[in-house]
Amino acid sequence: MSAIQINNLHACIDGNEILKGLSLTVPKGEVHAIMGPNGSGKSTLAKVMAGHEEYEISSGDVLLDGKSLLGMDVDERSRAGLFLAFQYPAEIPGVSNANFLRAARQARLPEGEEIDAVSFYKEMYDRMDQLGIDRKFTGRSVNEGFSGGEKKRNEVLQMMMLAPKYAILDETDSGLDIDALKIVAEGVNAMRGPERGFLVITHYQRLLDYIVPDYVHVLSGGRIIRSGDKDLALELEEKGYDWVNEDELATT
Amino acid sequence: MSNDTDTAAGIDIDRDKGDFHYDVEYKHDAGRGLTEETIDYISNVKGEDEWITDFRKRALKIFEDKPMPTHWASEDLKAINFDEIRYYLSGGNAPKRSWEDVPDEMKETFERLGIPEQERKFLAGVEAQFDSEAAYSNIKAAVSDQGVIFVNSSEGLADHPEIFRKWFGKVIPSGDNKFSALNSAVFSGGSFIYVPPGVKVKHPLQAYFRINAEQFGQFERTLIIVDEGAELTYMEGCTAPKFETATLHSAVVELVAMKDAKIQYITVQNWSANVFNLVTKRGLAHENAEIRWIDCNIGSRLTMKYPGVIMKGRKARGEVISIALANDGQHQDTGAKMIHAADETTSNVVSKSISVGEGRSTYRGQVHIPKHLKGCKNNTECDALLINSASRTDTYPAITVRGNQHATQHEASVSQVSEEQIFYMQQRGLSEAEAISLSVNGFVNDLVREFPMEYSVELKRLIDLEMEGSVG
Repeated sequence: MSAIQINNLHACIDGNEILKGLSLTVPKGEVHAIMGPNGSGKSTLAKVMAGHEEYEISSGDVLLDGKSLLGMDVDERSRAGLFLAFQYPAEIPGVSNANFLRAARQARLPEGEEIDAVSFYKEMYDRMDQLGIDRKFTGRSVNEGFSGGEKKRNEVLQMMMLAPKYAILDETDSGLDIDALKIVAEGVNAMRGPERGFLVITHYQRLLDYIVPDYVHVLSGGRIIRSGDKDLALELEEKGYDWVNEDELATT
Repeated sequence: MSNDTDTAAGIDIDRDKGDFHYDVEYKHDAGRGLTEETIDYISNVKGEDEWITDFRKRALKIFEDKPMPTHWASEDLKAINFDEIRYYLSGGNAPKRSWEDVPDEMKETFERLGIPEQERKFLAGVEAQFDSEAAYSNIKAAVSDQGVIFVNSSEGLADHPEIFRKWFGKVIPSGDNKFSALNSAVFSGGSFIYVPPGVKVKHPLQAYFRINAEQFGQFERTLIIVDEGAELTYMEGCTAPKFETATLHSAVVELVAMKDAKIQYITVQNWSANVFNLVTKRGLAHENAEIRWIDCNIGSRLTMKYPGVIMKGRKARGEVISIALANDGQHQDTGAKMIHAADETTSNVVSKSISVGEGRSTYRGQVHIPKHLKGCKNNTECDALLINSASRTDTYPAITVRGNQHATQHEASVSQVSEEQIFYMQQRGLSEAEAISLSVNGFVNDLVREFPMEYSVELKRLIDLEMEGSVG
């Protein structure tokens, strides 16, 4: 099936269970938002899906188009089509953005094949124009000395250039002013389509005004406790996370 | 011939490429161990004047009297058995001016290392040394027509004594340290270069030092004099096959930059992991002259090398740019010596080291500015990058500045490739090894740019190769 499927996932760090039986399916062509209070496991979910070795999976599975990701290294998952836009992107001193993107693209080619530099640069400049990124940016070291907005734009640029099958956006709205938020959202919207699925992780409803999701899920205590359409996000915004928690308590 | 003979293409200097050797018939072999007879043998083979033989013998005495400098460097020096080493091996032929005339084994060696190709592409002249003597030495006519002399040290001594003798052993006296004394006793090969006043040599001159024999010591001696207002870039490369036993390389390099002259001396060292590389390099800069050492140390078992500049004339400038990469079982003990001996002299030291696995890198620097001078400046930056938790780095900067009319600045940093960085890069599809390589290349990027383009591309590849297998 063309989807990212998370099946009854349990994950822990240092012996503490953070994800406690999380299940979720994001088919291609859809945008799913995950909202939740601080400490609910949102960022853990993103890192676990990407394969961060700090986390231990005690049970459950994550499938990409039917194939389990759990036995794969971080880079294999990436090349299989999974992209994570980081909440806090790492800085890589001395490595230019252009070289980094080139290396990432090169890593996707079969051995012995070289990327075509001319078409690569043309594509990169087109995407940069789309995101309102200055040309000088290509020579700067990856994320070094970047403002919060520049870092997030860079994440979206990388996503565009790597054209993943599934993209996880981890709190991409944090640290963005409203103008930067709009540009980033436009970039994401331009990537939407039947060939790609999105999982948008956010604490605030605000981002979802610009990236309108097909479904909204509420994560709390390491599990999805409620799912609905985009109106659920508005309801959450209005009533706060306590509302779903109380609601859940009432039904159990 | 002990290895396959595939001829790889291009100017490739990776470690495995240098790992081959040929069984060569040596016409001259001074045997194992070092005594006065060894010196008589070498002097006799070379047909040297008596003063040189005496110079050698005095140096031998100094070498024997000086203790091993293990108190401040590495205990590993004790592993060198001077009685087992062979001090002179040569085929008995004068260096050829054409590759056609070079004996087959030697010619093939240098072809596999890509030397003739580099010569055609971008060099003004090449000297290729095989064990103790140069097999090939040539300078392009356009350069020699300007009066530039580029020969080996024996030819320099024999044919140009009036220039040679004036400076020989003056920048680095035999007694400077135990290994400069050793070199002075048994030196053979190396370059002698003289650039006449005002001549700016456009393309680099290059020497390549190849060790072929096992349990051998290579002791080249290089003397470069660049006269008033003249300019020169000199590059040296070196390789040796991997042997089980220790090999010794102990060179002495003396540079003299006369008033307004500029010398740039570039080293890309890629020794195999059994080589003790104990080298003394120093330049003397006269008024408004500039000496730059650009040094890349990869490989060897132990390297001890601290290129220096004595700024003797007003407004002289000295610079050391160095990259060192210490892998498992290796110790790169490198640094710089900046001796300010005139007003308004300026020195700059930028050193970056990378320690991989259980590799160890040490920065050892000395900056000396005496009280009676004024307007001197020194800037020292040393940055270390650690790849694994067992990697080690040490920094010993000794900066002596007396008087209050000088400016010095010293910065040092130690960083580690973080797990967060690696995770980020892997998430973009790079393997762990590729991610580490890219970080390391990023770390040295600004220094790699100081190397000529042809070398910087190779350096990057060399670093990639060294990083393979460093993961875990």
